[in-house]
Amino acid sequence: MALKNSSKSQPIGVIGVGSFGTAIANMLAEKNEVMVYARKQEVVEEINTQHSASGKILNPKIRATFSPEELCASCGVLFFMIPSAAFLEVTRTFAPFLHPYHLVIHGTKGLAVQLADGEQWDTLKKLRRKQILTMSEVIVQETLAVRVGCLAGPNISKELSDGQPAATVIASKYNEVIQEGQRLLRSEKFQVYGNSDIIGVELSGVLKNIIAIAAGALAGLGLGENAKGLLISRGIVEMAHLSKALGGTASSVMGLAGIGDLVTTCNSPDSRNFTVGFRLAKGESLSQIMASMEEVAEGVNTIRIVDAFLKTAGIRAPITENLHRVLFEDLTIEEALQFLMKYPFSVDVDFV
Amino acid sequence: MEENYIKHQYAPILPEKDEWPVVKLARERKEFVKKVATLSEGRILDLIGKNPEILKEELETTLYREKLRIKQNPWDVDPDDEGTFWGEVKNNLLQIHSEVSGTKAKKLEAYQEVLRKITSRYSEEIASNFKASHYKFTRRVVTYGFSRLLNAARVKGFGSLFSNQFTLQDKIQITGQTAQLRELATKGTVVMVPTHFSNLDSVLIGWIISVLGMPPFIYGAGLNLFNISIFAYFMNALGAYKVDRRKKNMMYLETLKTYSKEAIQFGCHSLFFPGGTRSRSGIIESRLKLGLLSTAIEAQRANFENGITDVSGKIFIVPVTINYHFVLEAPGLIQDYLSQTGQERYYKENDEFSTSYKISKFLFKFFTKGSDISVSIGRAMDVMGNYVGQDGKSLDKWGRVVNTQEYFMSNGKVTVDAQREEEYTQMLGKRIVEEFHKINRVFSSHLVAFVAFELIQSKNAKLDLFDLIRLPQEDLVLNYEEFKAACQRVLDQIFELKAQGKIDSAPHLNRSMDEIITHGLDNVGMYHAKRPLIKDKSGNLTTEDMSLLYFYHNRLHGYGLEKLF
Repeated sequence: MALKNSSKSQPIGVIGVGSFGTAIANMLAEKNEVMVYARKQEVVEEINTQHSASGKILNPKIRATFSPEELCASCGVLFFMIPSAAFLEVTRTFAPFLHPYHLVIHGTKGLAVQLADGEQWDTLKKLRRKQILTMSEVIVQETLAVRVGCLAGPNISKELSDGQPAATVIASKYNEVIQEGQRLLRSEKFQVYGNSDIIGVELSGVLKNIIAIAAGALAGLGLGENAKGLLISRGIVEMAHLSKALGGTASSVMGLAGIGDLVTTCNSPDSRNFTVGFRLAKGESLSQIMASMEEVAEGVNTIRIVDAFLKTAGIRAPITENLHRVLFEDLTIEEALQFLMKYPFSVDVDFV
Repeated sequence: MEENYIKHQYAPILPEKDEWPVVKLARERKEFVKKVATLSEGRILDLIGKNPEILKEELETTLYREKLRIKQNPWDVDPDDEGTFWGEVKNNLLQIHSEVSGTKAKKLEAYQEVLRKITSRYSEEIASNFKASHYKFTRRVVTYGFSRLLNAARVKGFGSLFSNQFTLQDKIQITGQTAQLRELATKGTVVMVPTHFSNLDSVLIGWIISVLGMPPFIYGAGLNLFNISIFAYFMNALGAYKVDRRKKNMMYLETLKTYSKEAIQFGCHSLFFPGGTRSRSGIIESRLKLGLLSTAIEAQRANFENGITDVSGKIFIVPVTINYHFVLEAPGLIQDYLSQTGQERYYKENDEFSTSYKISKFLFKFFTKGSDISVSIGRAMDVMGNYVGQDGKSLDKWGRVVNTQEYFMSNGKVTVDAQREEEYTQMLGKRIVEEFHKINRVFSSHLVAFVAFELIQSKNAKLDLFDLIRLPQEDLVLNYEEFKAACQRVLDQIFELKAQGKIDSAPHLNRSMDEIITHGLDNVGMYHAKRPLIKDKSGNLTTEDMSLLYFYHNRLHGYGLEKLF
């Protein structure tokens, strides 16, 4: 790898300056020059002059630009750190400037739905796997980049910014992407694991949001640790089956991006997904909750997509199905819980 | 629509045969074989990390397997000195084991000596024996002989033997991107990847290439074909190199890949059957053997590494489908398939072999009766599966020019990354399968076989494939009107798919449904002793051989048409 030196002169690109994007940019800036992309000119100026983004402190080595073209031309490695709702749009903005030589690593936990002309997502009741895209699949479909990876794991931005020890998984079919990600991010306080099952890792991060809503609901009902343990273990079983049906492996669910992230999320009352579940259990409806939340909790969208997928996949996923009925039909949380307690899960572990 | 197929006369793209890359290669055969041997040796050493212990183990494994093969599975084409050669290898290994002591380097050197012997032997064995004079002769014989036969059969009356009314192109239609293919063959290096259903494919493709005015392609032909002497002559004349599927040892496979890669880099247009062997089930190949395909990607990267970044160093992948009403070996192939998948649940009743006699009988029938074949040439792609334009430039989905070299670059330089190229090979394989489905041409016979099998299956929904095949004849009768309605449903869907560019269809599918069915029944597996689908006396349909019906039905697998039943 004699080429390592030459990449030092090239900055690393980070797209998105939300809390996670900022945390990653700061970590990258410890070893490398970093260029971040923000859409609004005032944010760009704030970063370049005051080294902060909406109040979050940035390493002074970080430069900002609002030109996708400049960012793509200057950087060989790009981190896409954008919320899933904006993912497709931002990817399309960058598409004209992305080349096959770019390595792209994303940290977005979400699914996108691909509709044929004339189809409306709101009226669709069923989805086939082909109509569902993970974020890496969005990148490959919309751009010329092929060497794509993802970043997933229990990474609460605040803890990362505080410099607490943590770890992440970089998943990619390409070893060079994993190695590059490890080289850039690894530090004394941050461990980076590799996994070649990118779909499985992406799905782990996505599916755990469903269980996080359920965990919030249990807390909202005032239930204790036994119930949480039950939920987490049944949740893992459900995630493993769903992941397999969607093209991942069960073993990735066992890893940091699966169990690791699930445990963290189920124990963090600040997370949006947890909050949705909690407020549902307190008797609010989905529309009431959505009205007072700034960003959509990703788990809600995931439940809709996965529920529609279940109708074509021929498998059952009781937690997801019941949450779907609570969110979009008239089931109450208590009824859903009762239903799950009666559900004939006779086998403890049936996927390994 | 029906008769708009035009016979083209294609002028040769490189008139002087001395300019043909394959001729140049033949001229330098000796040096080339040596180069392949040396490079293979290097590759193998890299793979084992230059560790003398591992090398020793690999050599012993190879020796063991080769001895076993010689004993258990000898073929006519095998050279006489095989036993002696491997005996010597054995002695060498024993000698090194007992005599060479000391440093690692010395041991490695001694083992490397043996390795060199083996790769030299293998690369000599693989190399083609192309002779331009034989090629010209063969081409003349094939074209002349076939057109004589054809005219004798179709034009009645005295002197018909000398009529030129019909040529081979009346029987074998070439459709698709022929102009692009010819154009690109003058600019860069073409790698053609056809579907593979019959042993005749090799000869057929060879003929197609020459009709299109292109210089001969080199291709890997199964060594088993060289057992039949008439085939052996054709194969050599067409520039085939030999692939011995019995040899699965790492040293052979690496030598084979090196040969293919070097030949492509040399500028020889190549042809692989990416399915590896003939499709046993009659399904269009969906999983490809990636070994040889990876050599196209490697050669492309090597060209970039060597700074050949203009179109002359570019490699074009051209998918081709060959569409038949009738596959000579179908009974044997489907039995292979069923016994592999069904294991103890399926037992063969009889065994059919393709012999020279059978092939000639087929050829005679083929020319005297009618069974059209069409060959569809797909759009050329670069090694990453991007379509290329007429000028050889790669284009992305939105029509923007893509620089293929950038796929092989990191930090501004072309780099070698075996794992990356493995992934690229898989991607390319998937793209080829996609293209196969798009350019596949539906014939009436495919339609009737598909509909008949699906109807029988839907009437016996509880039975699996192996029970279906053993259904008694009286349960296999289909009402004509019901059948016709189902055909119409499937055909409508096929036209729908065609409008979306997902499949192609032969012009005869634009006739009336009754005519299509008659045409299909006349043609589906027409020369088999037991016909896959016939009309009985009362005008209903039945099959004489359910497994053959299954085989021909499979041609339309993979389009979701099953959902219509």
